[in-house]
Amino acid sequence: MNFLNILTQLAEVDSDVLDRLNPRRAVFASLGTVAKRSALAATPVLLASMFQKAYAGTNAGNPVDVFNYALTLEQLEADFYNKVQASPFFLTASAADQAAIKQISKHETAHVALLTTVVQGIGGTPVTGNTFKTSVFATLTSFAAQLQVAQLLEDTGVRAYKGRATDLQGIADVNIPGVGTINPLESALRIHSVEARHAAHIRGMRMQTAWISGTGDLDTQATYQGATPESNTTQAGYNLTMAGVITPSVTYSATDVAAAFDEILTPAEVLAIAMPLIGA
Amino acid sequence: MPIPFSAAPSALADYPPRPVDAGRRSFVKYAGATAAALALAGCKKHQQIPGVVEVGSGDAGALNFAYAQEQLQAAFYAQVLAGDYFRNLAAGSAEQQVFTDIARHERIHTDFLKALIIQGKATPIQVLTVDFSAVNFGDRHAVLSTAQLLEDTGVAAYNGVARFFTVPAYLLLAAKIVSVEARHAALIRDLLTPNSFVANDVVTLAEGTSLERPQTPSQVAAIFNTFLAPGSTLDVTGLY
Repeated sequence: MNFLNILTQLAEVDSDVLDRLNPRRAVFASLGTVAKRSALAATPVLLASMFQKAYAGTNAGNPVDVFNYALTLEQLEADFYNKVQASPFFLTASAADQAAIKQISKHETAHVALLTTVVQGIGGTPVTGNTFKTSVFATLTSFAAQLQVAQLLEDTGVRAYKGRATDLQGIADVNIPGVGTINPLESALRIHSVEARHAAHIRGMRMQTAWISGTGDLDTQATYQGATPESNTTQAGYNLTMAGVITPSVTYSATDVAAAFDEILTPAEVLAIAMPLIGA
Repeated sequence: MPIPFSAAPSALADYPPRPVDAGRRSFVKYAGATAAALALAGCKKHQQIPGVVEVGSGDAGALNFAYAQEQLQAAFYAQVLAGDYFRNLAAGSAEQQVFTDIARHERIHTDFLKALIIQGKATPIQVLTVDFSAVNFGDRHAVLSTAQLLEDTGVAAYNGVARFFTVPAYLLLAAKIVSVEARHAALIRDLLTPNSFVANDVVTLAEGTSLERPQTPSQVAAIFNTFLAPGSTLDVTGLY
């Protein structure tokens, strides 16, 4: 749950958030033109600058509230993996699987740290204590059951990011004094592909294919359905399973075509999946 | 936890400074304002280098860059499937299924991108001639390490070229493909080195941010060109 997911969640608390961000070129043009090149760490600075501008002079909320909301969601994911590691079932996992969960957990913790820094950096007090709902976690009575949820969370993350990619299209590179230059779309996609790597590995731990083919054991779950389900076989108007549609005399199976493309989830679809998992 | 903003990974410092959209704007400006001859000249950003495949600029350039990548990957996996390493795998083994699936995905991506370019009334680049003569297709480590390089670079290629799309549908389609490439990359990495799916050489966990490491189209092309024959190497300078 990162940049695009944050936008998705923000759209829920502030349905105008994307409109606020809409005069994007003006917003980003005003951020300064120092051309010092660097840093992945620029991401929180970008977020802070963007939302400060977007919310300046409005009554819709202040950046501290906005980032604390995003931080809440990052804490949910980080807490889920912490709960997994603290659970007695974790010890039933192989050493390799334990190591993988620890590595993914470090990523989520890093995201929490980034957003915490952002909130502090803009003068706020970071929220604490937001957790994956204990009553839901208690129903996961094996490491395998926990991995099912991990798979659903990670694949949902991939789809949620993708659903917001075009909202970042056309935003100019941002030069941040003292930090460097980043491209917002590229930064978001670089998070997106990490989510996909997480998802692939978790799926492998569950003996599922790394890609979503429409034939997996969880593929009927909401994570894989939606207005455009992962079983979709039509891209850009081409039904890729029809003989010779894109290449004469070549036919592809629905399984291969579905697996070759990941699809999006809408914000409403993501929220319907995520919200029941958040709580004490 | 404080994040050291000054701790800049070197990879990102390699983006050359460039005025935003300057190339496209100036092209439009001059093409619209001058005679046909000059407009035609404007299509060439520089002297064409013999034996080099120019992917072009803008949406068509980005799509052709993706098409080139998918061609290279599809050709690689076709050779994998014909090679001794793959043929000696036990029937029904996991690795046999993995390479069979990935080969089909890359073939689908290749054919689809070519069709998409034509649908958009642009011209697809030529069918590239690959050169994997340096790869021993009978050796598991050679096959997997080359696959890992191609897949990791492929993810970076899509991430790096995304900014050049102006048509939302193209960006979305590229995003639909890049996460599948990331899934390929993660699995291939795990096959070569268990649990290396998000190792610090591809994801910046060491710097505390956990983002995929970036590569520009020119950095990507330099890697791909090591597997392309003379006459098929890529020139991506039109993208900037």
